[in-house]
Amino acid sequence: MDALLLARIQFGFTISFHIIFPALTIGLASYLAVLEALWLRTQRQVYLDLYEFWIKVFAVAFGMGVVSGLVMAYQFGTNWSNFSRFAGGITGPLLAYEVLTAFFLEAGFLGVMLFGRQRVGPALHFVSTLAVALGTLVSATWILASNSWMHTPQGHAIIDGRVVPVDWFQVIFNPSFPYRLAHTVVASYIATALMVAGGAAWHLLRGNDNTRVRTMLSMALWMLLAAAPIQAVIGDQHGLNTLEHQPAKLAAIEGHWERAPEGEGVPLILFGWPDMAAETTRYALEIQRAGSLLLTHSWDGQIPALKDFAPADRPNATVVFWTFRTMVGLGLLMIALAFWGLWLRRGERLYAKRGFLRFALAMSPAGLAAILAGWYTTEIGRQPWIVQGLMRTAEAASPQHSAAQVGFTLALFVIVYFVVFGAGTAYGLRLIAKGPASDEAAHPARGGPGAPRTPARPLSAADAQDDAQDDAAPVAAHAKEDERHGH
Amino acid sequence: MGIDLPLIWAVIILFGIMMYVVMDGFDLGIGILFPFVPAKEDRDVLMNTVAPVWDGNETWLVLGGAGLLAAFPLAYAVILSAFYLPLILMLVGLVFRGVAFEFRFKARAGRRRWWDHAFIGGSVTAAFFQGVTLGAFLDGVPVVDGNYAGGAFDWVSAFSLFTGLALVAAYALLGATWLVMKTEGRLQDRMRALARPLVWLMLAVVVAISLWTPLAHAAIAKRWFSWPNLLWFSPVPLLVGLVTWRLLHGLKGEGHASPFVLTLALLFLGYTGLGISLWPNVVPPAISIWEAAGPPQSLGFALVGALLIIPVILMYTAWSYWVFRGKVRHGDGYH
Repeated sequence: MDALLLARIQFGFTISFHIIFPALTIGLASYLAVLEALWLRTQRQVYLDLYEFWIKVFAVAFGMGVVSGLVMAYQFGTNWSNFSRFAGGITGPLLAYEVLTAFFLEAGFLGVMLFGRQRVGPALHFVSTLAVALGTLVSATWILASNSWMHTPQGHAIIDGRVVPVDWFQVIFNPSFPYRLAHTVVASYIATALMVAGGAAWHLLRGNDNTRVRTMLSMALWMLLAAAPIQAVIGDQHGLNTLEHQPAKLAAIEGHWERAPEGEGVPLILFGWPDMAAETTRYALEIQRAGSLLLTHSWDGQIPALKDFAPADRPNATVVFWTFRTMVGLGLLMIALAFWGLWLRRGERLYAKRGFLRFALAMSPAGLAAILAGWYTTEIGRQPWIVQGLMRTAEAASPQHSAAQVGFTLALFVIVYFVVFGAGTAYGLRLIAKGPASDEAAHPARGGPGAPRTPARPLSAADAQDDAQDDAAPVAAHAKEDERHGH
Repeated sequence: MGIDLPLIWAVIILFGIMMYVVMDGFDLGIGILFPFVPAKEDRDVLMNTVAPVWDGNETWLVLGGAGLLAAFPLAYAVILSAFYLPLILMLVGLVFRGVAFEFRFKARAGRRRWWDHAFIGGSVTAAFFQGVTLGAFLDGVPVVDGNYAGGAFDWVSAFSLFTGLALVAAYALLGATWLVMKTEGRLQDRMRALARPLVWLMLAVVVAISLWTPLAHAAIAKRWFSWPNLLWFSPVPLLVGLVTWRLLHGLKGEGHASPFVLTLALLFLGYTGLGISLWPNVVPPAISIWEAAGPPQSLGFALVGALLIIPVILMYTAWSYWVFRGKVRHGDGYH
């Protein structure tokens, strides 16, 4: 294998791990902000318990996101120095803004969020949670502006063989940026909701039924119900955007090789095997004219075909055809889960229907799998370009590294990542498997020096006792609590 | 253009790297000192002194990388290619020690030992390879047509390996004096006792590097020993002597914060010395900050953000340190 291929594998490998953790931290940070807001408003113990429970999972995911992201920040220079020299004038400032406005914000307030509940008042603690949640979203904004510019570059000039920004507004708000940002953030919320719902389903299936687990499941399913259908619409719009700006990628996703004769329309290939060598999609299962209908909203609209592009300019259709269908298929299952959940809400069957709970449990990693599949679709679909139309991936690599050197670091990353992130995943799953305890909030994470300045929890002992009973007789207590709160 | 953008960016990046060395220096130092503090309860205390702030400390390293890419893409490409292996080994070290903060408190008793080792190994590795990179950087980087022109192992030299060990010693001293400030009782006594030999070690290292650098690098010797530079720069070694003396004195007495502050001063002086040796090259010996600078449109755009936001970052970072002020005691556990 040559150094270029090894460098590509290394990038693909490290970013596949990395992308999982920010997705979870984006979702969990917002979830924690909502939980804390609900607690401050209602003073219901369950929200604080859930906050103190999920913040531990968040801390594990955040730690892994930080260290894997650190690797990414340096990889652009180690393995892709020609790209950095060529496009650093645009990607550099965007990354610098991400560090300045997002990384510092997250890191600066994370300490208070994790360890500071007894040191600052409730308002300041909530501000810290909000700052961290905001940081995760700001971070996504900058990195996706940079990434989207690589897909649909504009607002620049090429002077002396390197990219020079001309109009920063155009660079940042490039054509694919809004779709990519919305698609990614919503995907993070969905992936987190599925993980929370899956965790709750696991506890309910094991008979561990209490207010906290029910609240987890209910909140996650409301989130899924709101986000999954919206995501389908955003995805559709993103597809139309790709058709307009990256037609070769879209043709590869569709497995569409040749323009149909005038007036016939483009079929939609549901399944098949795009064969890059034979320039055809084998075993295609097609729906006549559906491709035209979906992508051009007419019966006989044409879309560009792979044969419109020189073989050297075609992305690998075999891969993106299937990664795309994996993403869409999982998305449809998510929508099904959300609506089944809605249907089961009548008469509280949501918490007892085992088939549904098993489905929710099986779907808990589906959001992350869909994110990976979607990421592969968009990134492999951009090939052979690293910056669409401006620089090929083959030209971007560091010229001086031997295959042995890149191979060694790749092997090192593979070993280290499997050990470290394998252990991290195990700790995260073990935390979820323990489940939120009724006295979770009585043991907030503490660390660092200084005397506590505010009471640990401004709640009466009666509330705590009530919550403890709740574990013994979950259903009755739940009904009682609902009554008390006027639901 | 009236404003010298590359110059301003060089100052910002120098500031960022200094912040990194100062702040991540003491929390890396804690990992380096872990082997000298075997009891679990003591180790918990050590870790809890930095658990709320280490992540912010490390962010300065990311700012250094991002700032370099934004302002000096040529230097970023050359430096990261030249120091490919030591930088990746540094990153691997940082991965292990970074996750150890979370994992060791969530691991079962047997596994916790494993994460203690990961924390120690990761901290030492990261510190050592940062020092190696620094030494190799001083040795100079061959560049042809804007590309790194050396081999994969050019960074290995007696000098760079020595600077690697030197930085481990420097971070250990920072960690020890930080812990003098943040702990009390038996643990604090232990740290005072550890810090004293570390000061002597540090002084030896500083003297060795100060002699070795100009002997091995003629350009750097010329910078320091030509008149009137000698006059301007003579306060640096004099101040090093003065600070070291105060530091040894402070460690004997009852000072809590003063040893840490004096160690910071010592590090700052060393850093100044390096800056004097290298200025104005961003890739020694040949590429200056003006030659490596990116397009002015990029530097200007990022500068607006840097100048507006860095003061805000410093404010909330200071607030966060203030929230966690005071001594850390046994049992202030992060369960």
